[in-house]
Amino acid sequence: MSIETIICDKSDLIENSGVCALLNDEQVAIFYLPATEQKVFAISNWDPIGQANVLSRGIIGDIGGEIVVASPLYKQHFSLTSGQCLEDETAPVKTYPIALKSDKVVIG
Amino acid sequence: MKALNIVVVGNGMVGHHFVDQLALSDVNACITVLGSETRPAYDRVHLSEVFSGKEPSDLALTTREYYEEKGVNAHFGDAVVNIDREKKEAITESGRRFAYDKLILATGSYPFVPPIKGSERKQCLTYRTIDDLGEIKSNAKDSKIGVVVGGGLLGLECANALQNLGLETHVVEFAPGLMGVQLDDGGSKMLRRKIEALGVTVHTQKATSLIDDQSDDTKLRMHFADDTHLDTDMIVFSAGIRPYDQLARKTGLDVGERGGIVIDYHCRTSDSDIYAIGECALYGNMIYGLVAPGYRMAEVAVQQFSDLEEKPSFKGADMSTKLKLLGVDVGSIGDAHGRTPGSVTYVFSDEKIEEYKRLVVSEDGKRLLGAVLVGDCSDYDTLLQYFLNEIDLPESPESMILPSVDGAAPALGASALPMTATICSCHNVSKGDIFSAIDGGCCSVGDVKGSTKAATGCGGCAALLKNVVDDEMEARGLSVDKSICEHFPHTREELYHLIRVGELKSFDALIEKHGTGIGCDICKPAAANMLASAWNDYVLGASHVGLQDTNDTFLANMQKDGTYSVVPRVPGGEIKPSQLIVIGQVAEKYKLYTKITGGQRIDLFGARLNELPDIWKELIDAGLETGHAYGKSLRTVKSCVGSTWCRYGVQDSVGQAIDLENRYKGLRAPHKIKFAVSGCTRECAEAQSKDIGIIATENGWNLYVCGNGGMKPRHGDLFATDLSTETLVKYIDRILMFYIKTGDRLQRTSVWMDNLEGGLDYLKEVIIEDSLGIAEELEQQMEHVVSTYQCEWKTTIEDDDKLKRFRQFVNSKEEDSNVVFVEERGQMRPANETEKSKLIAKSA
Ligand code: SRM
Ligand SMILES: Cc1cc2nc3c(=O)[nH]c(=O)nc-3n(C[C@H](O)[C@H](O)[C@H](O)COP(=O)(O)OP(=O)(O)OC[C@H]3O[C@@H](n4cnc5c(N)ncnc54)[C@H](O)[C@@H]3O)c2cc1C
Ligand code: SF4
Ligand code: FES
Repeated sequence: MSIETIICDKSDLIENSGVCALLNDEQVAIFYLPATEQKVFAISNWDPIGQANVLSRGIIGDIGGEIVVASPLYKQHFSLTSGQCLEDETAPVKTYPIALKSDKVVIG
Repeated sequence: MKALNIVVVGNGMVGHHFVDQLALSDVNACITVLGSETRPAYDRVHLSEVFSGKEPSDLALTTREYYEEKGVNAHFGDAVVNIDREKKEAITESGRRFAYDKLILATGSYPFVPPIKGSERKQCLTYRTIDDLGEIKSNAKDSKIGVVVGGGLLGLECANALQNLGLETHVVEFAPGLMGVQLDDGGSKMLRRKIEALGVTVHTQKATSLIDDQSDDTKLRMHFADDTHLDTDMIVFSAGIRPYDQLARKTGLDVGERGGIVIDYHCRTSDSDIYAIGECALYGNMIYGLVAPGYRMAEVAVQQFSDLEEKPSFKGADMSTKLKLLGVDVGSIGDAHGRTPGSVTYVFSDEKIEEYKRLVVSEDGKRLLGAVLVGDCSDYDTLLQYFLNEIDLPESPESMILPSVDGAAPALGASALPMTATICSCHNVSKGDIFSAIDGGCCSVGDVKGSTKAATGCGGCAALLKNVVDDEMEARGLSVDKSICEHFPHTREELYHLIRVGELKSFDALIEKHGTGIGCDICKPAAANMLASAWNDYVLGASHVGLQDTNDTFLANMQKDGTYSVVPRVPGGEIKPSQLIVIGQVAEKYKLYTKITGGQRIDLFGARLNELPDIWKELIDAGLETGHAYGKSLRTVKSCVGSTWCRYGVQDSVGQAIDLENRYKGLRAPHKIKFAVSGCTRECAEAQSKDIGIIATENGWNLYVCGNGGMKPRHGDLFATDLSTETLVKYIDRILMFYIKTGDRLQRTSVWMDNLEGGLDYLKEVIIEDSLGIAEELEQQMEHVVSTYQCEWKTTIEDDDKLKRFRQFVNSKEEDSNVVFVEERGQMRPANETEKSKLIAKSA
């Protein structure tokens, strides 16, 4: 069972970049890549290596085919689909199911 | 086993090399160094560079700290005056005694001053140490004319120095020709022609008989044996060197007839506990007056104390030399005079272009025995390899020195050299050693230098080393991949070119045309930076915003807790009290930690993302603008107070700094760029450590380039002197644009310069002489950037859509609960983990 939550409007997103939203007490980093099939991605905003809430402010890219965000603090890469950290397998981040429904962004 | 007590007398180049090698070896030794000079060993070979801008400290080969770290007991400024061989003690001038098991004499040599009446006058100097340099400089200050006695290698180098100091320079030589030891007659004549053309007067076959006072225009008069005379203000004697062998004489060690401490092939003197190395040693009746053979002796001596079964021995050394004297290339290899019986000589001489080349070839025409090159040394490396490695000569050896016409023998490629070929003679690095370094993972000339020390001595082998490395890398299919990242098969320089030529204005267009995938955190910011240098569009425009590092996106520097710092621009460090007040008020209002930076401005730390626009609005209203502390762009132009206030200032350094900062602010470059302007030679703004450094002179401005503080400090190179402001700006425009065009990603100007083929001279050609014909284009491109400047923060706060980006959460007004501050010394700072958990526990 999953509850869908409208987290924000599509117009809050920034193309090829990230924003941050609050889901209850959790900070969620949401990335919008209009050119990809999935279009939106959500992972935790917490950088487990830099120990700060910053991942939404990283640069998006692809490394060896994996879509990733680079932490703005110390530049480790986190997969937007699996949450894995490419440099340190002991430091994954949480991922969230997310989708665009007309002009809304929905999590859950 | 007890540590061997080794005492080294003399801390010159060779003495230091011995200590260094010994400390690195596994010999269990307690090392003591006793040097008569007041400073630790320095690079004597490059002494003359002090006349062209280097500091004496740049020559240091070691430091007291390094010795301390290695457990070496070092004493400077206290000469050893006697050796007690019975008690095995060295005794110094101040009366200290140092017991030894093994004693190493590395006392080098001293300049020979011929016994001429009057040569003790205070304007009569010698040239061997850093202290001598100081004497020469201070004497030159109130001299117009300078004479060098001696037309050998060192004499000519000294003449060069006197010319650089602005003196009318003469060389007086006893023999019929210059550099008689290294050059044959023809070479010596051509050298003289060239040197005279440079304004140095050469007097040969002159024996000085008396030096007299001269009261009129000059200070001294030199009288020669042929009854002629020459008036001068100062004289530097460079009439050969004599080994410092007095200690050996005093204590009864064998010395040669004409001086020098006699050693065997293990560098041992007639006392088996005493060794001699370097220029004080006499091996096979010969003094080796070059540094490379001295280094070999040092290494051989170190090995005598190892547990090797068979100790290596010194087998003599090659004395070939290549130099640039007064800007003239001179090379001498092996038997330059053709004294080998049966040898055949080939000579090529062109008086028009002033080149002279001579080959001495064995009777059977197979081996190169010697060579002389004057005016053009480009064949030196190749010829030296033929000589050292006994490589078979081509059918017609003369083709090797003839100007290249079709059919001439091609230069000897690096691949033709045998593995045993010595590439760097200073550090005894063979081609095989270089290959092993590459096997071990080195993949650039820089790596190989670091790991083998090749090309870090006299530097003469640098070109050959590069050939060998490049050649081998290519052969291994390793042509170093310089692609910027996996998305583009191009270097930064190539991408910049593609952007300009293809008039590409966005990252999407660039990657579509020239790359693959969606990019990454390496190529995106690099592209954003290049797009900005090329077109200077607003960096947060829709198509650029996702490309930037967080610092550029939010126009502030991210701190460890995810908050930001704010740095307003303070051009030249000049700021109005009213602006200071506003900065203070803003800091108080938003509770920001404030600190004066190392770049003459004020940093406000701890701003939350959502506060940035409000903070900037208040700052902009007070007339402040962004300081670009976040960008790979111009940071600050530091200034000293200059002529407006300072009693020494000769130009308005503050005004100049402000103008320059305003001109180049916002300019995106491969890395950050820093400037400084000092109002006089006291250099209070530390301009010589900046990418662009400017020092005021009576007549204008001296421009220094490519300095760096930071991780690997680099002294700026003097680029041009006494420039008008107009020319200064023109040169800076061109230099910066050329750097932007050709620099690598995140490459400061210092590293760029160190990697620039042709170095400073090449840069001067491009910028001053416009050798590439691009000067005008560079200026135009700079003009475009200058004329389209905008304060990014101003543009941002005027655009509601852009401001949306600065929300902490797109769906809530809450703040990041992980950002917690505590107070320290009356200001805020980020709480550490323990403080945080305590605070959170309290509030829960
Ligand atoms: C704030 C300041 C320290 C201070 O409190 O004084 C500072 C702070 C930082 N420096 Fe610096 N540097 C500051 C002056 C310097 C200086 C001194 C100077 O400019 O006169 C140097 C040596 C001079 C030089 O650059 O040649 C300096 C050499 C570096 C380096 C090493 C650069 C190098 O080429 O080796 C880095 C690392 C880098 O850029 O890759 C660096 C990087 C940084 C970063 C950006 C590190 C980071 O990513 O967080 C810091 C940003 C702090 C911030 O949020 O504002 N900082 N840094 C100074 C800001 C000056 C300003 O007003 O803009
Ligand atoms: C201007 C110049 C340019 C040169 N250019 C080149 C070049 O291009 N290529 C090249 O190969 N060589 C060159 N040389 C020569 C090179 O510098 C020497 O071969 C090298 O320095 C010899 O090293 P060393 O340690 O034997 O002697 P030094 O470097 O002279 O060191 C000997 C040290 O011992 C000290 N000393 C002497 N007596 C005592 C004592 N009783 N007690 C304590 N300390 C004592 C001296 O003060 C000195 O510091 C040049 C030399 C000069 C001066
Ligand atoms: S560099 Fe010269 S002009 Fe500037 S403050 Fe120092 S002494 Fe004065
Ligand atoms: S030969 Fe002198 S540094 Fe290599």
